[in-house]
Amino acid sequence: MNWAALRPARKAPAALWLPGLLAVALTFIPVFYLALRSTEDGWSPWSRAFHTSVPQLLQRSLWLAAVVALLCVAVAVPAAWLTTRADIPARRVWSVLLTVPLAIPSYITALAVVAFLGPKGMLQGWLEPLGVDRLPEVYGFWGAAFTLTCAGYPYVYLVVRAALASADTAEEEASRSLGVSPLRTFFAITLPGLVPALAAGILLSVLYTLSDFGAVSLLNYSTFTRDIFIEYQSSFDRTGAAVLGAILGLVTLLILTSELGVRSWLARGRKRRQAAVRLVPLGRWGVLALAFLSIAVSLALVLPVGVLVYWLVNGLRANADFPALAPAVRHSVEMALAGAAITVALAFPVAILSARYGGLLARAAEQAAYVTHALPGLVVALALVFFGIRYATGLYQTVWMLLLAYVILFVPNALSALRGTLVRQPANLEDAAASLGKGPLMAIATVTAPLARPGLAAAFALVFLTIMKELPATLILSPPGYQTLPGLVWSRSTDALYAGAALPALALIAVAAIPVGLLAWKGDIGALES
Amino acid sequence: MHRLRILSLTTAAAALAVMAAACGGDDDDGGSITVYSGRSEALVAPIIEDFTEETGIKVNVKYAGTDAAAALLLEEGSKSPADVFFSQDGGALGAVREAGLLATLPGSITGLVPEQYRASDGSWVGISGRSRVVVYNPGLINASDLPASYKDLTSAKWKGKVGWAPANASFQAFITAVRKVDGEDAAKVWLEAMAKNDAKTYANNNAIVSAVASGEISLGVVNHYYLWGLIKDQGEINAKNHYLAAGDPGALVNVAGAAVLKSAPNKSGAEKFVEYLLQKHAQEFFAQETFEYPLANGIATDPRIKPLAELKPPAIDLSDLDDLAGTLALLRSTGVLK
Repeated sequence: MNWAALRPARKAPAALWLPGLLAVALTFIPVFYLALRSTEDGWSPWSRAFHTSVPQLLQRSLWLAAVVALLCVAVAVPAAWLTTRADIPARRVWSVLLTVPLAIPSYITALAVVAFLGPKGMLQGWLEPLGVDRLPEVYGFWGAAFTLTCAGYPYVYLVVRAALASADTAEEEASRSLGVSPLRTFFAITLPGLVPALAAGILLSVLYTLSDFGAVSLLNYSTFTRDIFIEYQSSFDRTGAAVLGAILGLVTLLILTSELGVRSWLARGRKRRQAAVRLVPLGRWGVLALAFLSIAVSLALVLPVGVLVYWLVNGLRANADFPALAPAVRHSVEMALAGAAITVALAFPVAILSARYGGLLARAAEQAAYVTHALPGLVVALALVFFGIRYATGLYQTVWMLLLAYVILFVPNALSALRGTLVRQPANLEDAAASLGKGPLMAIATVTAPLARPGLAAAFALVFLTIMKELPATLILSPPGYQTLPGLVWSRSTDALYAGAALPALALIAVAAIPVGLLAWKGDIGALES
Repeated sequence: MHRLRILSLTTAAAALAVMAAACGGDDDDGGSITVYSGRSEALVAPIIEDFTEETGIKVNVKYAGTDAAAALLLEEGSKSPADVFFSQDGGALGAVREAGLLATLPGSITGLVPEQYRASDGSWVGISGRSRVVVYNPGLINASDLPASYKDLTSAKWKGKVGWAPANASFQAFITAVRKVDGEDAAKVWLEAMAKNDAKTYANNNAIVSAVASGEISLGVVNHYYLWGLIKDQGEINAKNHYLAAGDPGALVNVAGAAVLKSAPNKSGAEKFVEYLLQKHAQEFFAQETFEYPLANGIATDPRIKPLAELKPPAIDLSDLDDLAGTLALLRSTGVLK
């Protein structure tokens, strides 16, 4: 039977394409805004931008994104393999420790990197007795790349780990039982199956780098996003900023198109694993593996949290002023829960549409969502201001506007977690359900959704913590008097009140880490030991 | 399924809580005003509490960076819900004024502040002043070697030892002052010479003062109060402020200021608030908490700081510092901002 021939004949039910349409419509808000603002002074700002800053910015932004993606893969793939396939001790603890840095915003990691690794930072202080007078410059390209890798590799790790945890291991075990070394088995069997997950992870890391402001501004490396902020900050030039934003959006579209190429090249579904995994004994390589994991965790987790604790303890000793935490925690948690729920609810049908039906709308919905994801939060926020104050006065400066911004910004995070799961799920189970007389929606509710549960949980956790960390849109769109944790961290750290910033920063990290830490912990139970 | 159910229950609860928060309105008898503050919460919130206690006017504050708050006001235009814009610097006030969004303040308020620290058309008024200084590490530099003018910083003896923050608004205001006082060409030559002299770039003033104190660099161009903020946070540090010669653009005195929006829903409440910021209580608070120069009512500066009356800034109308686009273009074309 030729299943492929049947595919195009399937028509998506309204319950799928309506959300798809909504997702496209929402992302049109920032696109429309950028189109309007960037052309209001004619084409001269465009030609000026192309003649001055754009070529250089393009080169700098893409170079940084490429290096960060490469470094993220180099950390995430071995880490994911070790924590799902190898016999390292305390595998679940490592999983949690490797995932939790996701909860640390890049601006906090950057503050810590400067404080610790700066030419006269804490590390230099420790090395002073050894005659180290100053450390090499931390600012610039490598400082930014290092910081963004620390803050961004868990995105890749999570996606790759999920793929490894749910992939069928029969072929791997057959390969190993035939005497092929674990390393060759990895490259010949495991890695090719990881390509969709890797592509999704790399895409997330690239978009993360392109839209990041915190790390690049604190480490002085100019990218599109940093320049857009400077444009607003220095000359209040909305047109110039919008031109840069529009170019950034177009660049993202190009990247997406190439990612789609990779995906269609490997669109086959993989079987879900049935039997338990037999772990690869590492033997004497185990020490090396543990050293690798320890270094990754030290840099991404211990360094920033350690610096924060140091500031906090110093502040407690010096009787520094600490902000009241309770309202900020409540607001941030409420927003993150509600925002994550709405975002995942919108992304799930779009992911099914894209994984099962394909077609123009699915592709448009997905791509549009990713384009807005690469835009700086400031641009998306201003687009919503523009839209809200004209057409949604009742919602303007209420939390609903803020929720809308979160949905627009973070639908892609949910999509990437969901799509991976769905693509690896055999579609013919749904076909079977349909052939038994169940409608497509029933098939989704009874077959697709339960199987996609790990993906749904991951999507929720991912969006939850991303909202917890979000700063620029939160500052602009939250109602007056509405305190949030990132807002507190930002306001104290810009005043150089580091002790006062450390307390909300630690609270932010702790809360944001809960769902994703639980997930990493349970992920092992569910996927490996059941 | 169990986990999904818990998830959906929590979600529903959160959605309800959000709805309740969104719908709960509160209007007191004293009325209320909305303030967009580019100044941070730690520096503003205590004064706002006192204001509400004294006048019964409830204040809703939106804390954002001065740049973000100004961008927000420009985007909102005449429909803005804001009554007051409290800005970290004069440039942002100028940009919002240019867009025709600011109301004219009554003479009873503008009259409280010396003429050079407010807009000539009465659209905004300075609340506190800050002087540009050179911060230096006394362990690395003798006081007698200190530069007299910003121009001396290009000397070979400072190669690789000076910190600056070209992306910072207060630095850009200083460059605008250089352009006004010494001309475009001089500004360009200076920026290029500084870049050639290997000036070290930092993200902001705090980072420069910290780097000077740690000995990472020997001196840096900043506003005067960052040093005192850092001392308050961390105790004595290895850094001192040095004021440049009279009339030097590097001795510019800029302001943090406030304005009332033309579209303010509660204009009288807004004016009361701006006036309150200039009264003794608030001015004393700014002097003690932010180490800036109080501009009204003859309140003294912190005794450790050189008093306002002794400063000799260049004779510049602060409203003339609004050509930031030109400064930005210059910083880009010289490669200082890249």
